Amino acid sequence: MKITICIGSSCHVKGSRQVLEKLQALIAENNIGDKIELSGTFCVGQCQKGVCVLIDEEVYSVSPETVEEFFNNSVLPNLK
Amino acid sequence: MGNIRKFDTKVQHLKYKVLREVARLAWNDTLLENVTEIPKIIAPGKTPTMRCCVYKERAILGERVRLAMSRKKTAKNIIEVIDIACDECPVGGYEVSDSCRGCIAHRCEDVCKRGAITFDHQMKAHIDKSKCVECGLCAKVCPYSAIRNHKRPCENACKIKAISMSETKAAQIDESKCISCGACVYQCPFGAITDRSFILDTIDLIKNSDNNKNYRVYAVVAPSISSQFQYARLGQVITGIKALGFHTVVEAALGADIVAFKEARELAEKGFLTSSCCPAFVEYIKKQFPTMKEHVSHNLSPMAAIAQYIKGTDPNSRVVFIGPCTAKKAEQMWDTVAPFIDSVITFEELQALFDSKDVDITTLTDGVLDNASYYGRIFARCGGLSDAVVESLKEQNIDFQVKAISCDGIEACRVALLKASKKIGDENFIEGMACVGGCIGGAGCLTHGEKNKAEVDKYGREAYEKTITDAIGILNLD
Repeated sequence: MKITICIGSSCHVKGSRQVLEKLQALIAENNIGDKIELSGTFCVGQCQKGVCVLIDEEVYSVSPETVEEFFNNSVLPNLK
Repeated sequence: MGNIRKFDTKVQHLKYKVLREVARLAWNDTLLENVTEIPKIIAPGKTPTMRCCVYKERAILGERVRLAMSRKKTAKNIIEVIDIACDECPVGGYEVSDSCRGCIAHRCEDVCKRGAITFDHQMKAHIDKSKCVECGLCAKVCPYSAIRNHKRPCENACKIKAISMSETKAAQIDESKCISCGACVYQCPFGAITDRSFILDTIDLIKNSDNNKNYRVYAVVAPSISSQFQYARLGQVITGIKALGFHTVVEAALGADIVAFKEARELAEKGFLTSSCCPAFVEYIKKQFPTMKEHVSHNLSPMAAIAQYIKGTDPNSRVVFIGPCTAKKAEQMWDTVAPFIDSVITFEELQALFDSKDVDITTLTDGVLDNASYYGRIFARCGGLSDAVVESLKEQNIDFQVKAISCDGIEACRVALLKASKKIGDENFIEGMACVGGCIGGAGCLTHGEKNKAEVDKYGREAYEKTITDAIGILNLD
């Protein structure tokens, strides 16, 4: 699974780094590092949804507070 | 209309008008058939306003148009003299003015080792040009400051002595010495020396992207932008850049954070380093201090470092750097940088692009620009790089005592390099900034002012990320 976090200015000030750090921690906790490819991007053109996180091509709106929920609902169940 | 307040001088304004007209036609795909009309648009009618006649004005404008239409692919030099625009200023060297009182002390005579000073029947001093070696001692000792050095502004601006007078008396640039810093461009009162523009490369990149569908065009902006476009808000400038057709805007200062992080490690490892951020400084070392070349940091410049990162995250990207610097136009052609940077324009040229598309940034909403830390952002002014390296050593818990010298302008760089090459002094880090003040003193800035440094520091303090580690933390996505 490819997860891309928007690290453009708008998302950055809404907490991209915190989202990334929490995701990295969750991935490590669940021992699924080999199944997930994390990367960054500058702007996906949907700044109002920030922090934008993409699973493959689909955009999710995540905040530092909702990372865990996002991880449990959208990442874990879709892992192959 | 009101554009003059956007620039320091009328020469910049003239250059801007040429760029704007070239860009306007280029956006509309009508440049080739209308290019010869541009001089007439800028100098209409029959009454000259700048030169002896409108025909000379237009001939010079034709040359300006040619340089405004330069292409990276074919350009060899960046800074060029427009021969017909050079007013061939007198080059008298040291001369005695009317202020000479014909005193009896004759300090000028006593200090002159060449015996070049004589006195007329009124006891006034004269300089025998066949003996004078232009050392300037007489001028220094005269209590009336009656002796002045009449040097051409271009020669005076070029502290590395790359400019001289040709046989035809026009200024000429010695390419083996020129570091493309642009000091002469900013100082020539006739605008006879100018930097090539690559706005056409930039416009092509945007147009051929088809609204960023074929590939995405990223603008990387230098942190000195915080001291520019003072008639509008920074957020409006960012929205304006996107309105030109860029996919997004990224801070070069984030590249500076990367550089600070790596430079701290490299310095601790090697024990002595000269900075690699300023391309004019690096070029100066290559040309004048070849023995010091091995000490130049192996880091890419902040511009190239962030562009390299962008190209890593998005292989289908093009990167245009927007900054205060004419030397960056040369840097984009270096083998180490060319893969990452597709075009370079200055703030002057960005203003021309805005107006060529009738983008009035004062009417726009605020965009966001926030990628870097305080430390990355203060690279824009002299001393910022050293501060950032010290900070990064601390953040990385590296025990290394930095003794930095921040060289403010190319003359200070020369002195520091001279000393270091002879192993005089105990400094272990030379921060070289070719422009006085650092990047905020760059020749491609719209305006230069006393408050610019304070503006950069203020912008630095507004950064969302407070440490270098946090700013680049987002990049460590492995």
